[in-house]
Amino acid sequence: MTDLTDLGVAAIRDGVRAGTFSAREVAEGFIANVSKAKALNAFLVETPDHALAAADAADAARAAGETLKPLAGVPIGMKDLFCTKGVPTTAASLILEGFVPPYESTVSANLWDAGAGMLGKLNMDQFAMGSSNETSAFGNVISPWRRSDGGNAPLAPGGSSGGSSTAVAARLCPAATGTDTGGSIRQPAAFTGISGIKPTYGRCSRWGTIAFASSLDQAGPMARDVRDCAILLEAMSGFDAKDATSLDLPVPAWEAGLSGDLNGKRIGIPKEYRVDNMPAEIDALWQQGIDWLKDAGAEIVEVSLPHTKYALPAYYIIAPAEASSNLARYDGVRYGLRDLPEGAGLQDMYAATRADGFGDEVKRRIMIGTYVLSAGFYDAYFTQASKVRTLIARDFEQAWAKCDLLLTPTAPSSAFALGEKSADPIAMYLNDVFTVPSSLAGLPAMSVPGGLDGAGLPLGLQIIGKPLDEQGVLNAGLALEQRAGFTARAEAWW
Amino acid sequence: MTDTKYTIRGETGDWEVVVGLEVHAQVTSNAKLFSGAATAFGAEPNTQVSLVDAAMPGMLPVPNRECIRQAVRTGMAIDAQINRWSRFDRKNYFYADLPQGYQISQLYHPIVGEGAIDISLDDKNPDAAGKRIGVERIHVEQDAGKLMHDQHPTRSYVDLNRSGVALMEIVSKPDMASPAEAGAYLRKLRSILRYVGSCDGNMEEGSMRADVNVSVRKAGDELGTRTETKNVNSVRFVMAVVEQEAKRQIDVLESGGRIVQETRLYDPDRNETRSMRSKEDAHDYRYFPDPDLLPLELDDAFLEECRASLPELPDTKRRRYEALGITPYAAAVMTAEVEAARWFDALLDTGVAPVAAANWTTSELFGALNRTGRDIENSPVSPDQAAELLGLIADGTLSGTLAKQVFEIMLETGQGAAEIVEERGLKQTSDTGEIERVIAEVMAANEDKVADYRGGKDKLFGFFVGQTMKAMGGKANPGVVNDVLKKMLG
Repeated sequence: MTDLTDLGVAAIRDGVRAGTFSAREVAEGFIANVSKAKALNAFLVETPDHALAAADAADAARAAGETLKPLAGVPIGMKDLFCTKGVPTTAASLILEGFVPPYESTVSANLWDAGAGMLGKLNMDQFAMGSSNETSAFGNVISPWRRSDGGNAPLAPGGSSGGSSTAVAARLCPAATGTDTGGSIRQPAAFTGISGIKPTYGRCSRWGTIAFASSLDQAGPMARDVRDCAILLEAMSGFDAKDATSLDLPVPAWEAGLSGDLNGKRIGIPKEYRVDNMPAEIDALWQQGIDWLKDAGAEIVEVSLPHTKYALPAYYIIAPAEASSNLARYDGVRYGLRDLPEGAGLQDMYAATRADGFGDEVKRRIMIGTYVLSAGFYDAYFTQASKVRTLIARDFEQAWAKCDLLLTPTAPSSAFALGEKSADPIAMYLNDVFTVPSSLAGLPAMSVPGGLDGAGLPLGLQIIGKPLDEQGVLNAGLALEQRAGFTARAEAWW
Repeated sequence: MTDTKYTIRGETGDWEVVVGLEVHAQVTSNAKLFSGAATAFGAEPNTQVSLVDAAMPGMLPVPNRECIRQAVRTGMAIDAQINRWSRFDRKNYFYADLPQGYQISQLYHPIVGEGAIDISLDDKNPDAAGKRIGVERIHVEQDAGKLMHDQHPTRSYVDLNRSGVALMEIVSKPDMASPAEAGAYLRKLRSILRYVGSCDGNMEEGSMRADVNVSVRKAGDELGTRTETKNVNSVRFVMAVVEQEAKRQIDVLESGGRIVQETRLYDPDRNETRSMRSKEDAHDYRYFPDPDLLPLELDDAFLEECRASLPELPDTKRRRYEALGITPYAAAVMTAEVEAARWFDALLDTGVAPVAAANWTTSELFGALNRTGRDIENSPVSPDQAAELLGLIADGTLSGTLAKQVFEIMLETGQGAAEIVEERGLKQTSDTGEIERVIAEVMAANEDKVADYRGGKDKLFGFFVGQTMKAMGGKANPGVVNDVLKKMLG
């Protein structure tokens, strides 16, 4: 019998519907995988009861002859940035240790309404700040992948959704939620050989998702393949009156609209994404991707996004600025950590609580953000960065006159070893160079696995689309997937 | 307006005072600015707090349309520029009454731009003693919570009921030059807000409070350095702050000191202001656009609805009353408070004669309300009941004296005027036969006085009128009594 944990979302859904296997069997299979994978440190909280309850509900509904919900019988992992009612939620930070939300985030509520169950809360970079999952207060997540050259160095699963990428790649769950502020879905997906999509800003409600940088944060799915991403994204998306930036638009039937036929589509290749020192293998994969899309019927055009080089600096001003304000609420007064030294006053309590509760990377970004918003620096940094953001968005708008979608590499390297870049924030930030521009412009973008590098590690290709054109992005992703034939998976060593 | 400018005499000469007010007015709305929590005053602590107000992780603000509407209507009422595009900014600082660690406000792009408020320094002649005070802007922002330091020896308590309640900050230009002008401005602003219904103007409950900016200068000099006295909560205190702060500044300057730009507090018990913090330790608020909120864009339909829903405003109403022949004073008195104006409009709607109605309302009704300590909302006499009484005066059924008596009975019993007249026989008589009979009796009883009158003592006429009225229990028509007396006394 097939191992049910080798199945993705669509296969599980269809199998449960057809009665090929029960939802409980599926849940139990993944629960067993989770419990055996402590070495990966992907889960902060395990919630087998949640997954089993949803599975039993699916089985009961089937037994009663009811129409099954879209995700009936599908257990998933939830990034710990989503508040889950009654389940500890920390954003992988000590400052929220012990916090149990009395409410359910809109995205998770949408998923439960669609019949999904939760296997647990997934580790991540603290407050989603990081590209390697090394900033979690609860330990690194280890990528299931190892270099094929015999080097056994533990590798980064990417970040900030590193628990999500590892959990999906290691078959601990068929799919997981991620959030993407500057690449936090796409880069970890690329590092672990899975797919992930960040939808148009506003598709997924931010209500109940712990904020990092509000104008950039978007939730999205991470899964084995493009179809699974489409299924999950349909369930996660939708207008929410509780989020003033939510898009009041119907959710398209993305799964039904999937087609790898790109006839009539023009794919832009932005010349500014050919950065210095990019590994030849990534350049080669990019060219391979171009050929695949041509093969799928697309026309390839070169485009220019002239302000690309300013995107990363602008992002590392805007995101920390918003974060410095968003994270002010963690003050020890109402929830989470409170550090009240003997005889301390209010200011002392703030200082002690925040000094102990936040990790170094969070503190670094709070300080950067505070600095760029300060009197005397605001115009030079924040105003300037906001202007750059407008110019980046305009670059894309002008590109859309020439093409429908853009193809780029997802990240400038394959997974690096844990510890390799953690001492050098700038080197770490450079990981986001290809993902940040589309985040600044609020565009839908996805990463799909394209192949392996010389060390046997996955590399991803990124598709960027026009606002609201998730369908175009998914279809191009599917075309790549069909041609890449990516079947490599990490050997279980954990 | 009097030409004598308000100045304060110092040792080195006369000083002018320059005043600007920043008024925080709580927007009348059932829900807070960015959350659905209720806003009722006086609720148990922390019972009107949503997850958003408590700044729980992942919670988001959503603008309350009604609060925006009230701010726009207020702007329209002071003839201000309404900004179709405005934006919310975060003002960042840490304090226990501010759960988010920032206040959502509007620094860079307020919803309302420049406008003006006309004040009057002379109730008797409002138009002649007017002055136009510029309004710089109105923006909407969140209120903070409330800290209580007196509940426990070592702890402070925080009540978040007020956290997130919508405020309008109405910023005047430094156009006021005396305590009286500052007082008149605040009263007029309060009146307008209450007409519009955008703020209940209740200063005791903190629905309206003012930050008072004061500086002094010699005539013709540049503006002096100003101080800002925070959270002053009555018209009287605002006027006192202007006076005390100006005097203090003059003392400092004349003894060779310098005014520091600082925030001060007013102590009503000592009638003095005290330094709270100077500009040096002022916060850097790190304002920036709130990324949780999209810019506010107002469309034509919304603006049209706001405009259409504006009531007649105090100045327009006053001029309308004046055009009906009502004295400027009475018109000003009746339009100062929206409830009185509404009551009087209802009275006018019954078709009574405006001038008589105004005179009766300002003297009789207001007098009675004053005497009994009631406000017009709780007036024991409705506009319809007043119209009935005025009708009986107009058609001669009641004399002025009788009308007063009937009104007293109305106040006591709540009965209608006609019913009282009927039941108690208080009707005025114009029956000449009856009047002639009584006059004859009065003349018979006072033969000496009749002789004196006929001998040229004209002044005794009043005596006969009084005697006749008294004998008839005040019910005789005074005009008829006069005519008959003249005839009979010859």
